Amino acid sequence: MTAAIKHPGWIRGALGAILGAAFGFALVVALRKASGLPAYQTEQTGYPQVVVPLITGPLGFLLGFGCFDYWLRWAAGMPTIPEDHSQHGAKSWKDYFHFNTDHKVIGIQYICTTFFFFFVGGLMAMLIRAELAQPGTQIVDAATYNSLFSTHAVLMIFVFVIPVFAGIANYVLPLMIGAPDMAFPRLNALSFWMLPLAGLLFIGSFLAPGGAFDAGWTGYAPLSTGAPLGQSFFNLGVQFAGASSIATALNFLVTIITMRAPGMTFWRMPLLVWANLSTSLLVVAATPFIAGVQFMVLFDRALHTNFFQFAGGGDVVSYQHIFWFYSHPAVYIMMLPGFGIISEVISTHARKPIFGYRLMALALIGIVVLSYSVWAHHMFVAGMFSWLRVPMMITTLLIAVPTGIKIFSWIGTLYFGKIHTYSTAMLFALAFIVTFTIGGISGVMLGMVPIDIHVSDTYFIVAHIHFVLFGGSVFTIFAGIYHWFPKITGRMYDEKLGRVHFWGTLFGTWVTFIPMHWVGMDGMPRRVADYATQFGNWNLLISCGAFILGAIQLVFLYNMIVSWRFGPKAEGNPWRANSIEWLVSSPPPIYNFPEIPRVVGGPYEYGVPGARHAIMPGESVEAPKAEPTVVGSA
Amino acid sequence: MYGRLPIAKMLAATVVMTAAISAVMLSINWDGQEASTAAPKIDDLLNVMIVLSSLVFSLVIVALFYALWKFKAKPGDESDGEPIHGNTKLEIAWTVIPTIIVLFGAGYSWSVLSDIEKLDKNPLTVDVFSQQYAWSFGYPGKGNAYVQGEMHVPLNRQIQFKMHAQDVIHSFWVPEWRIKKDNVPGITTTAIVTPDKLGTYQLICTELCGFGHASMRAKVVVETPANFQKWVSGLEEKVPAPLAESINQDTETNPTPINAGGA
Repeated sequence: MTAAIKHPGWIRGALGAILGAAFGFALVVALRKASGLPAYQTEQTGYPQVVVPLITGPLGFLLGFGCFDYWLRWAAGMPTIPEDHSQHGAKSWKDYFHFNTDHKVIGIQYICTTFFFFFVGGLMAMLIRAELAQPGTQIVDAATYNSLFSTHAVLMIFVFVIPVFAGIANYVLPLMIGAPDMAFPRLNALSFWMLPLAGLLFIGSFLAPGGAFDAGWTGYAPLSTGAPLGQSFFNLGVQFAGASSIATALNFLVTIITMRAPGMTFWRMPLLVWANLSTSLLVVAATPFIAGVQFMVLFDRALHTNFFQFAGGGDVVSYQHIFWFYSHPAVYIMMLPGFGIISEVISTHARKPIFGYRLMALALIGIVVLSYSVWAHHMFVAGMFSWLRVPMMITTLLIAVPTGIKIFSWIGTLYFGKIHTYSTAMLFALAFIVTFTIGGISGVMLGMVPIDIHVSDTYFIVAHIHFVLFGGSVFTIFAGIYHWFPKITGRMYDEKLGRVHFWGTLFGTWVTFIPMHWVGMDGMPRRVADYATQFGNWNLLISCGAFILGAIQLVFLYNMIVSWRFGPKAEGNPWRANSIEWLVSSPPPIYNFPEIPRVVGGPYEYGVPGARHAIMPGESVEAPKAEPTVVGSA
Repeated sequence: MYGRLPIAKMLAATVVMTAAISAVMLSINWDGQEASTAAPKIDDLLNVMIVLSSLVFSLVIVALFYALWKFKAKPGDESDGEPIHGNTKLEIAWTVIPTIIVLFGAGYSWSVLSDIEKLDKNPLTVDVFSQQYAWSFGYPGKGNAYVQGEMHVPLNRQIQFKMHAQDVIHSFWVPEWRIKKDNVPGITTTAIVTPDKLGTYQLICTELCGFGHASMRAKVVVETPANFQKWVSGLEEKVPAPLAESINQDTETNPTPINAGGA
């Protein structure tokens, strides 16, 4: 027992959480007593005796769990435990439940944790659709309904889509650039362990008096500043998810900039690396805005500041400006890594170099720059100054151009290729092109102020976001998971079940989200627990689609778990791909490479006679061919 | 030379598909009944966008499916495709042409926006008050007459709604008018509508405002000016003091009127 307390791990972590929470609680009570106030405060927005432990408890857990051990020892002048990498790799499933600085272990931890939250959030979606299958109130009351869709969105955005991309990149990216690990392995582990804490805070808010947060994932003030205690769980959960995101983005930036293998110039980086470079640029600059604005809401709630309380001179609309200054770039944070995945999958399975590689990379950078100048298109009817609408409309429509470039280039990549569709990853990539085009088209329509005035805050918006986030991001996530499954697990998944999952998901997506466009335009607002009877049949159809979509995900879960355990052994390079992660064994050796590989050419030189992307250690070194110049198609 | 593509046939297929999709899409009345002067203008914009979108969608589908049909690998073929890295002219084309299309869309939208927000010389001002979970209305030009849950407006006269929220943000939407505007605590927001069809409509709150959000509705009646005059003079209540005060305390969103300069 004493050993368990002395060494980092779950027991010390739990102890840390309890002590941390107790410390926070005692601090509040003592300070309140000292100020002559009653020990507890149970005003609906207050509860400092709960809110402060919600900060100190998770921090205590991180301390106890060992996330800070190295730095604390160093700061305290104690001898640091030499990093001998002995804890790299995972020998059994139990090792995934420990603090580990190996990027491959952390990648798997990320992916599994985020998929756990995907299924929890998915269950909430099922409850939402069950309630909406018929007009009237059936299974949940209106307040619970508000909590359900708010939590659904928050889980999917903050602890599924954003971090699952970080997980995939965590595993793949260092291998891809020929690096032995991420630049800051300890920071990487800390970033991961903040994530489940954020998820637990979001889900835990259901236990708060007054129920889970119910102001939508957007948490608009002053609805959020006056909401019950659950809202504070959201405010704090976002801090943990945000800190995790920012630290990971910094880690990716430094890794990509400083740790590329010799010879890997920027123009030889695979597009997944470009995509994560662009995403990280967005995260480091934009995420502090949502962290800040949620602190401001928390201060309004708990400390009675007046950032957004109009009665105290606050400015209600400024919440939306700060919120969307993060949350619009966040849309691209949830999309750009997916663009990277699609480029890898399509090029590999079409056996063709990416069409217009440099323009593809520049388009990513173009999206990064433009995405900072479009936030107010979420606010065309919000009552902001009206002059801002037209400039924001123009930038919003212009962002369709670099996005279009990517779509056209993927299609261009297919031409004169040898397209293989046996892999479920490729099926998802191809379907992504179609569904994302529809999401993009409805996005252009929404960008036009007069159309937006009509459809803003209706089901048209719900249709649009699900087409870009489910038909877009989640399809790319599935493509990525299937594509790198053999690499990560060392085993092949079942393609037959993969196909069932693919066709079911495609069918479910269309049946669920296509009709939503129509009911929205025809007059059904979003975020309602009940609706006019005229929309009854459409909603029943939508709910049926949603249940199919939900049920088919169980096939995916089964396929992943069973194949991971019993699937046939995978070769190092089952897709005959070029990038470096495929040139090592599956799963890769514990330290990735005995010696750093040398990069001698572009990443997508399919069909170029004698072209190589990288030369692995131990290979006979031929004189690298001159990099082929851009060849016209005609 | 890597072989020729049947460009003419593909373009023809794209045109046919665009025409077919547009025909189906345009035959559907997406937005429902039109009951304001703004509605047909917004719907026209939507229809133009539907045709342009059908074109883009058809182009993507034809190009994608032709590639999948023509360049699908034969079973057992493990060779690579042609090492084509790009085509500068094509890349410039698919950067410039979409830019022109979206800038056209932006210009068209801008002109529609200026048009539907043009202020008449003699609009009827209606104060809209929203609070969890009810609507009420004041008529400052009619001796501050006040009514809850039901709003009447005259036909064919421009109405300028001045909106005031008492607690959280609400949003004012009458789908048949195609007009929506948030009601924001602390500021006055404005929307302009000229109803041009008699009838009874529903005012819907579209900004999440709490557990009663879904049922926050009000009745809207568009009637002849004579009937409206009769109805409004029959109202006995006056705008209550707290609401009248909120009008005075609210700041204007736009210090100058909408479209100063009269676009």
